[in-house]
Amino acid sequence: MNTLVRSATAGLRLPLSQPHLGSALLLLAALLAPALIYPVFLMKFLCLALFACAFNLMLGFVGMLSFGHAAFLSTGGYVTGYLMINSGITPELGVLAGTAASALLGFLFGKLSVKREGIYFAMVTLALSQLVFFFYLQAPFTGGENGMQGIPRGHLFGLIDLSDNLAMYYFVLAVFLIGFGIIFRTIHSPFGQILTAIRENEPRAVSLGYNVRQYKLLAFVISAALAGMAGATKALVFELESLTDAHWHMSGEVVLMTLLGGMGTVFGPVVGAAILVAIATLFSGGELGNYIHIIMGFIFVTCVLAFRRGVVGEFGHFMHKNFPASGFGRPQ
Amino acid sequence: MNDRISRTLSSVVLGSALGLAALSAPASQASLSDDRVRLGVLADMSGPYGDLCGKHCVEAVNMAVEDFGGQVLGQPIDVISADDQNKPDLGSAKAREWIESQGVDAINGLVASSVVGAVAQVANSAEKPILISGAGSNTFTTKTCSPFNAHWTYDVVALARGTVSPLVKSGKKKWFFITADYAFGHALENVATGIIESNGGTVVGSAKAPLGTTDYSSFVLQAISSGADAVALANAGKDFVNSLKGASEFGLSQQATMVGLLVFASDTRSIDADIIGNMRLTTGFYWDRDEATRVWSKRFMERTDGAVPTMAHAGAYSSTLHYLKAVAATGTDDGATVMKHMKANAPDDMFARHATLRADGRMAYDMYQVRVKTAAERSNRNDLYEIENVIPGDQAYAAMIPECDFK
Repeated sequence: MNTLVRSATAGLRLPLSQPHLGSALLLLAALLAPALIYPVFLMKFLCLALFACAFNLMLGFVGMLSFGHAAFLSTGGYVTGYLMINSGITPELGVLAGTAASALLGFLFGKLSVKREGIYFAMVTLALSQLVFFFYLQAPFTGGENGMQGIPRGHLFGLIDLSDNLAMYYFVLAVFLIGFGIIFRTIHSPFGQILTAIRENEPRAVSLGYNVRQYKLLAFVISAALAGMAGATKALVFELESLTDAHWHMSGEVVLMTLLGGMGTVFGPVVGAAILVAIATLFSGGELGNYIHIIMGFIFVTCVLAFRRGVVGEFGHFMHKNFPASGFGRPQ
Repeated sequence: MNDRISRTLSSVVLGSALGLAALSAPASQASLSDDRVRLGVLADMSGPYGDLCGKHCVEAVNMAVEDFGGQVLGQPIDVISADDQNKPDLGSAKAREWIESQGVDAINGLVASSVVGAVAQVANSAEKPILISGAGSNTFTTKTCSPFNAHWTYDVVALARGTVSPLVKSGKKKWFFITADYAFGHALENVATGIIESNGGTVVGSAKAPLGTTDYSSFVLQAISSGADAVALANAGKDFVNSLKGASEFGLSQQATMVGLLVFASDTRSIDADIIGNMRLTTGFYWDRDEATRVWSKRFMERTDGAVPTMAHAGAYSSTLHYLKAVAATGTDDGATVMKHMKANAPDDMFARHATLRADGRMAYDMYQVRVKTAAERSNRNDLYEIENVIPGDQAYAAMIPECDFK
C-alpha cells in the first residue's frame, strides 16, 4: 500500500515519469550512436544484448539456469545463413525463419528438460546443446571448423541494401527493439507475473492450480526463439556463422553477461553485454590479448563476491534505498 | 545499377531522417588513402600456429617496412596486428574493422586456412589485397580465387608433389592420413590422395583430428591397426609436433615411414632429432641456404630472441616488400592497381627466387626438397636441413585454371 501511494505521488510530481524519459534518451542515443562508434561493434553488442536478454527471461524471471543457450544462438544463425545463401530470400524472412527454427528446437529441448530442476535442468540443457554442437561440427552444410562463409546480407524487403553498414545498423536496432519489446511485454504481463511466482515459490504456484511445466515450457520457447533471433541477426552482420556460437563457451558467456549486468533486471543483460563486448574489443589488439579469459574470470569472481545484484541491480538497489521517489529499483 | 540506386536511396532515407547525412558521404580519394599505407598482420599469436608465424610475422613485416625506408611516396607506413585465435569469426570481424574503420590497405600473415577463407570474403569485396603468407589451402587460387588474393609462401599442391610423389615412387604404396579437421587439412589430404593414387598407391584410411588436439593416441592407434607403410601427417605447427611425438611413443614410427606434409623450421627445431631425423619434407625457405638468406636470418634472429625463421616469416617479409614496391611504382594504394603491378613485375629477393606472381595470385618460385639432419650431423641447434633437390616453381605448383586468370 505504502509503495503504491509513493509511486502514485512520484508520478504526479514529474510531468514525464523518469523511466519514460530515460527510455527516450536511450533510444535517441541508440539512433545517434553510429556517428561516434564503429557500427559493426554496435551491431555485435546489440545481438549479444538481445541474446542475454532472452537468456535472462529464463534465469532472472523463472529461475531456470539453462546451460545450453548457445544451441539456439547458432541454430538461428545457421538456418538463416543457409537460407540466405541457398534460397535467396530477403533478410527479414531469413531472420524469421531462424527464429522459428530456434523456437522449434527450444520446444524440443524444453519438453525434455523442464521436468527437471536446478543442476539437473542445467545439465540436461548442456548435454542437449553439446549434441547440437557436434551435429553442426559434422554436418556438411555448416562448413565445420571453417564456418558457414559468405552469407549475403541481402536487401531488406527487397529494397534497402544492407551491405551498407549504416542501413544494417538500423535494421539490427529494429530487431533488437522488437525482441526487447517482446521480453518487456512478457515480463509485465499476467503471464510474466506467474513466471515470477514460480520463481519465488514453485510449490505454492502449483497449489494455486497453475500448470507450472506448461508455463516453464512456454518461457523456454520464447527465450529460445529470441536467442535464435539474435543469432540470425549476428550471422547477417558478420556474413558468417561459425562454431564459436555453438560452443559451450558461448553458453557460459551469456551467464556471465547476465550476472554482471544484473540478473532479473530488464536492462541488466544489456549493460552486461556492453561491458563484455567492450572488454573483448579493447584487449583483443594489445599485449593483454592473451589474458582476456583471465580478465573475464577475474571480473566474474569480483561480481559474484562483491556485487551480486550486478551493475544495474546494485544501481537500482542504491536508488531505491536512498531516493525512493525516483522510481528506480521497484520490485518487478 | 539497381544496386547503386537502392544503396543511394537507403542512405538518403536514413541520412535525412536522422540528420546523419554527413556519415554517408564517401571520403574523397587521394593518391594514398588517409595519407599513409597501413598494413595489418592477422595471425594466430599464441595458439598452435603461434610459432610458425605469429608475432614474429609482425616482426618480419616490420623488417620489410624498415628495409623499404619506413615510408612510401613521402608518407609513413605503419603496421598493426591482431590475434585471430584460429577462429574464422574473430578473423573476419577484425579484418572488417581494419578495412572499414582503420584504413588498412593490405592484410598479411593469415595462417589458418579457415580464417583466411573468411577474411578473403571481406577483403575481396572491399577490394583490398591479402598477402597470404602462412596458409596452405589451394582454394584461394582455384575455387575462391579473386584478383585481390596473393598466395605467397606455399600451398598444399607444392607440399604433396614435393614430399609424397618421391615416396610413392620409391615403393611406399599403403598410406594412412592423420589430418587436421578443417579446410587446410582436408585440401592437403585430397591433393595428396590424388598423387598417391595416380602413382599406383592406395590410401587405407584417414583419421581427422580437431585443430589443437594434444592427445593423439587414438589417432596413432588407428594408424597402427591400418597396417599402412607410410603415415602422412596432414597438419601443422603444434599439431604436427604432438602427432609425431605420439607416433614415436606408440612405436608407429618403427612400423611405418612418418611423413610430415607441412613442417616449419620452428617445428623441426622443437622435436628431438632422434624422432625427426632423416625425415624428408618440402619447404619454401631454409635460413642456411646461401649468403643472402643467412644475412637476413641473422637480422631476424637478433630481433626475435633467436627464433629460427620459418618460410612463413620469410614469406611475410618478401610479400610486404613486393607490395610496397608496387605502391611506390604506381603511386597509389588502390588495391586493383597495386595488384596489377605486383603481377606484372616479378618479385625478387632473398626469399623469392626465380619467382613470378601469376595472374591467379599464386606466387610460384623455387621450392626445396630437404632431409632433416640427424643429431650427429647437426653442428648447432639451428642446423636443421640438408637441401637435396630444388623444384622449379612451374613444376612445384599446379597450373593456373582459366577461371582465375585475372590479368
